[in-house]
Amino acid sequence: MTPAIELTNVTKIYRRYTGRQFSTLKSALLQRSLMRDLQPSETFPALTDVSFTVPKGSTYGVIGRNGSGKSTALKLVAGITKPTGGVVRVDGRISALIELGAGFHPEISGRENVFINGIMLGLTKRQIQERFDEIVEFAELREFIDAPVKTYSSGMYMRLGFAVAIHVDPDVLLVDEVLAVGDEGFTHKCLDKFSEFRRRGKTILLVTHSLNLVERFCDEALWLDAGRAQTHGDPKRVVGAYLTAVEQGEEQLMVETTARAVESAAPPGADVPQPQDLTTNMFQATEGRWGSREIEITDVVLRDAAGQPSHVFHSGEPLSIVLRLRAKQPTDDVVFGIGVFNAEGVCCYGTNTFIEEMNPAALNGDAEATFAIDALDLVEGTYKLDAAVHKRDGYPYDYHRLLYTFRVKSRTHDVGIYRPRHKWTFSSNVQFLQRDDRSGS
Amino acid sequence: MRSNLENLIRYRGLIASLVARELKARYRGSVLGFAWSLINPLLLLIIYSFVFTTIMPNETEGVKPYAVFMFCGILPWNWFATSLSDAAGSLIAGGNLIKKVLFPAEVLPLVSVLANMVHFFLALPILIAFLLVSGRYPDPLDLVWFPIAVLVQLVFSSALALMLAALTVHFRDIRDILANVLMLWFFSTPIIYPWFQANVQRFRWLFNLNPFTHLAVSYQEILFFNGPLGHWKWLLALGAFSIVLFLACYWLFDRLRDSFAEVV
Repeated sequence: MTPAIELTNVTKIYRRYTGRQFSTLKSALLQRSLMRDLQPSETFPALTDVSFTVPKGSTYGVIGRNGSGKSTALKLVAGITKPTGGVVRVDGRISALIELGAGFHPEISGRENVFINGIMLGLTKRQIQERFDEIVEFAELREFIDAPVKTYSSGMYMRLGFAVAIHVDPDVLLVDEVLAVGDEGFTHKCLDKFSEFRRRGKTILLVTHSLNLVERFCDEALWLDAGRAQTHGDPKRVVGAYLTAVEQGEEQLMVETTARAVESAAPPGADVPQPQDLTTNMFQATEGRWGSREIEITDVVLRDAAGQPSHVFHSGEPLSIVLRLRAKQPTDDVVFGIGVFNAEGVCCYGTNTFIEEMNPAALNGDAEATFAIDALDLVEGTYKLDAAVHKRDGYPYDYHRLLYTFRVKSRTHDVGIYRPRHKWTFSSNVQFLQRDDRSGS
Repeated sequence: MRSNLENLIRYRGLIASLVARELKARYRGSVLGFAWSLINPLLLLIIYSFVFTTIMPNETEGVKPYAVFMFCGILPWNWFATSLSDAAGSLIAGGNLIKKVLFPAEVLPLVSVLANMVHFFLALPILIAFLLVSGRYPDPLDLVWFPIAVLVQLVFSSALALMLAALTVHFRDIRDILANVLMLWFFSTPIIYPWFQANVQRFRWLFNLNPFTHLAVSYQEILFFNGPLGHWKWLLALGAFSIVLFLACYWLFDRLRDSFAEVV
């Protein structure tokens, strides 16, 4: 069986035309560079040597970061742009949900726009006539269909666009991140429509940032990064690989953020006034570092379950915070403290050795203090860390305020600050579908 | 090239509905609606009549009433000039379609030409009424030439429309240049002065190089002057030239087509 979509070594190079603003017709004529100016002078590869095959009747997901070439791939399949190299082959009639309602004219009614839009998408007048009621019903615009489109809300506009495009009844449906067009109810309707398409053996190519959707809906997935195909195949595996890469990117970002914060905080010996009232200061999420430095925190390291330094953690996994210290003179008056703050500046947790009634007998020279959390039960988000050494009366040796950033990732998008360990139980008459149940609507 | 021309025929439904949309949208929301297509030329004609009979009477032999004579050339010129300026911006205005939908770009400049042709047709009854009132009865045999003249102008305008639309995508200042070129072109065409004037005849070869001269003179002979169309050879020659020009411009348009989705 011939595949519905086949890309073979496809490369797309976008051209940049240098000196665009100076390249006027006049200067082009004067310098006789008309044809030269129409030639590309600088190029930008949007896709490099990408090959993939979508079998008929399957649903194929394309994921990747912004600017990774996903939409370019879709436009190539739709035929809106031509590949610079390689071959794009599509079998069957295409409908592209790339920009909904592109070509709607604001001054004329929804009814007239449905007809013109339908003709643009390749339907005949008769076909539109036949499907008109269904389209209007789907868009939920019965009362407004004769009003000019300019009076529509953006949701109504998108719904009408979606309704027309989906009723073209294509063999191949291209979808570019358009599921966010309506309210919850409409999104479900769209997903139902996709399910119906799948059942009828149509091919769907889906570009989305919703990894959940890819895992639930797609038979296969492709991950594009910087215009190159990273991996393709089983959606779960591809999404997993993508998430790992995203984490690595975030890790890098966290490392940089932390390094910058530590560097810009006061260097040792600088005369930084200690905040007058620590309790009020506690609620001001400003980074900083202060203290006498008789005991210095030389480094703060976050370690994951395997003991590796990391900045990205999964909710529920262990986390160890290691403070490396140097005491310039022996002392027994020392308290170690830790505080975790979320992005809104709310203190999620704070403690110190004094509160926990630990009395150090002596501290001298280089030392390490480790604060180990068995299970990091925080919700997804970015968190900042306070680390401090001070006297029992609060006199600071070295106070690191919000200098360390880490990220907690979670597959569950629950809310709040803290995730208690929990379990749901139900009486026998409450039942749930499997998460990957595809026939479910 | 051939498949392109075949496609054009395939798109006729799309072109027709876009032209209809253009016309509908133009007057949507105005009280008088389509009547404006009649009122605009009517007012213009009344003003010309007043100026050229009362304020600055033009007594040139054979071109009375002068305003009606001028109008025979001004109406087709308006169609021509507005077509080109609309077409020049058509791809940019329709950028959304070109970038986001698989859409045949050549449809847009052609729709500009055709929508303005409909406006031209709508203004014709006013012209005919004035011709009859002033006792100028067009020769029925001459009128056979009228659709031919319209067709020649359609092909000629479409050719330039395609070229301007494609180039304006890359050189935005064409739109400004065009406005000035059209102004100059208007005055160098025998529209507000008769072509048989001595001063025009002296530079006849120069006027003959101007394609619109032949259209304007043809329209004037068909509609305004008595006697058979003396200019038919020129009209047909322009027709042949227009077809060649159209093919050349379409070829250029096709060459630049792939850049539209990226540059618009």
